[in-house]
Amino acid sequence: MDISSYQVSSLIAILPEIGLLVLAGTVLIMDTVVRDDRKHLMGVTTALGSVLIIVLALFYARPTGESIWGGMIRDDMLAFVLRLSFIFAGGITAIFSLNYKSVAHRGDYYAIMLGAVIGMCFMASASDLILLYLAVETTGIAGYLLAGYARSNNNSAEAGLKYFLFGAATSGIMLYGFSILYGITGETNFVNIAEVLLSGDVALSAVLGIAMLVLVGIGFKIAIVPFHFWAPDVYEGSPTPVTGFISTASKTAGFAILIRFFIVGFTGSEYWLPIVAVLAVITMTFGNLVALAQTNIKRLLAYSSIAHAGYVLIAFVAYSDLGVASAVFYLITYVVTNLAAFGVVILVSNTVSSDNISEYAGMSRRSPFLGLVMLVSFLSLAGMPPLAGFFAKFYVFAAIVKSDMIWLAFVGVLNAIIGLYYYLVVLKVVYVSPAPDGSRPIEISNISKIVLMILSFGIILIGTASSPWFDWAYQAAIELF
Amino acid sequence: MSVIPLSWYLIFAAALFCIGLYGVLARRNAVAILMGIELMLNAVIVNLIAFWRYNDPTNVSGQAFAIIVFAVAAAEAAVGLALIISIYRRQNTVVAEDINLMKW
Repeated sequence: MDISSYQVSSLIAILPEIGLLVLAGTVLIMDTVVRDDRKHLMGVTTALGSVLIIVLALFYARPTGESIWGGMIRDDMLAFVLRLSFIFAGGITAIFSLNYKSVAHRGDYYAIMLGAVIGMCFMASASDLILLYLAVETTGIAGYLLAGYARSNNNSAEAGLKYFLFGAATSGIMLYGFSILYGITGETNFVNIAEVLLSGDVALSAVLGIAMLVLVGIGFKIAIVPFHFWAPDVYEGSPTPVTGFISTASKTAGFAILIRFFIVGFTGSEYWLPIVAVLAVITMTFGNLVALAQTNIKRLLAYSSIAHAGYVLIAFVAYSDLGVASAVFYLITYVVTNLAAFGVVILVSNTVSSDNISEYAGMSRRSPFLGLVMLVSFLSLAGMPPLAGFFAKFYVFAAIVKSDMIWLAFVGVLNAIIGLYYYLVVLKVVYVSPAPDGSRPIEISNISKIVLMILSFGIILIGTASSPWFDWAYQAAIELF
Repeated sequence: MSVIPLSWYLIFAAALFCIGLYGVLARRNAVAILMGIELMLNAVIVNLIAFWRYNDPTNVSGQAFAIIVFAVAAAEAAVGLALIISIYRRQNTVVAEDINLMKW
């Protein structure tokens, strides 16, 4: 690894991350120079900067499929697609944050969020245990701070502490697995680790033990049962834009390392894949059943996001190019859909200052626009055609059937039916229940309206014209096998 | 002079890790849980350095990994203590069981 191997192309490959770092610095400087009545410009800058980075990356930083920076980073389509979705989620979250008073006018909030996005980008592209751990912690530490950011709010402080204690403990356990993996293979690069494991002189008990330890850390990130205990409390207590961010981008980043680590690096799937299949079933069923009983919309979305992690795990268990493609496709639709749902929750809680589902009574009359966005996003989460969520589930079940595990597809479909029930209950409250007397219409700023329109349009577009998006996801997947 | 075998280091690290994990699971004070987490990370560092020394000392990735773990552990402790102080100011307690405004 001599100095000449660091070429300009290596720098271009991490252009999005460099851009995010510059953007974070810009926002921090703005925080010191901008007048108090113009502090909202920081959120706008974050969002516009994110859009600019996405456009630049699309034109100049197309993936080459090579390993760069001494094998630390793999610049392939999977990393590219997921990184763009993280930056997109960051930009959208910045716009939504403008509506949330305790974070809207704080430059450090936006800078920390951009730091989390940088960590997620490296999670998606890391091809080495060292960078993987560093990226996980960059994302995690930024996430703990964001969850506890609203210091004047008891729930937010509690959410930050719970997120931190669970996150630090589980990542410590994962790291112990990494250290043993490094010990028995003598390598930290995924490709080299795979070679050593394939040569076959590694004990089965060691492979299983490491798989368990690493699954604890990744299971925390993607909130699967039994590592989900933090999720409902953190989702409820965090500032709502942060909840949206954690439930979409952070979860997707966790799946990125699950796919990358277990498919590229940690071969020997016949041993640990049955365990993951069982976890997928438990995760889906638990998430959906407990969601039925929720009265708080943020907790409902928390349990629904646990259930969605179960569906993506099914795609992962298929362990084929089609499976990974459907997982990536599912994650992208999930990011777009859930951001729209949380956008509505933020705007409603601004006016009614509560997250109880009963407060949504008659919302379709108080704000027809928000009611419509909620209809589109919740039906997509429930998996109704022709919205994006339907095709995402369809591809997942197709992939698992093709891998000859029909029983898993059957459990998944049953779960989708349970899920449909609680999404429809919320929609019933929104559309059928009468609005309480003297209720005010819900205020929406123009910029939030535009963002929600883009997201709803995205949900419909990904659903009605799903093949180009799925082709993208398939290109990402095919490079791994 | 005889060399200490690798397994001694690994047993030491495993014991340290288990003590840390026990602390995380059994202690109720948030600061004590944080101390347990730090013990777990220290066990990892012992592991990494021992493996680096006994596997192939010319491949420095183990050392690099250990240094990264130091840095992350320090950052994590700073953030964790900040969060604990923030909750202590609000609720006047750092006992994990009493921090339960939200339940399902």
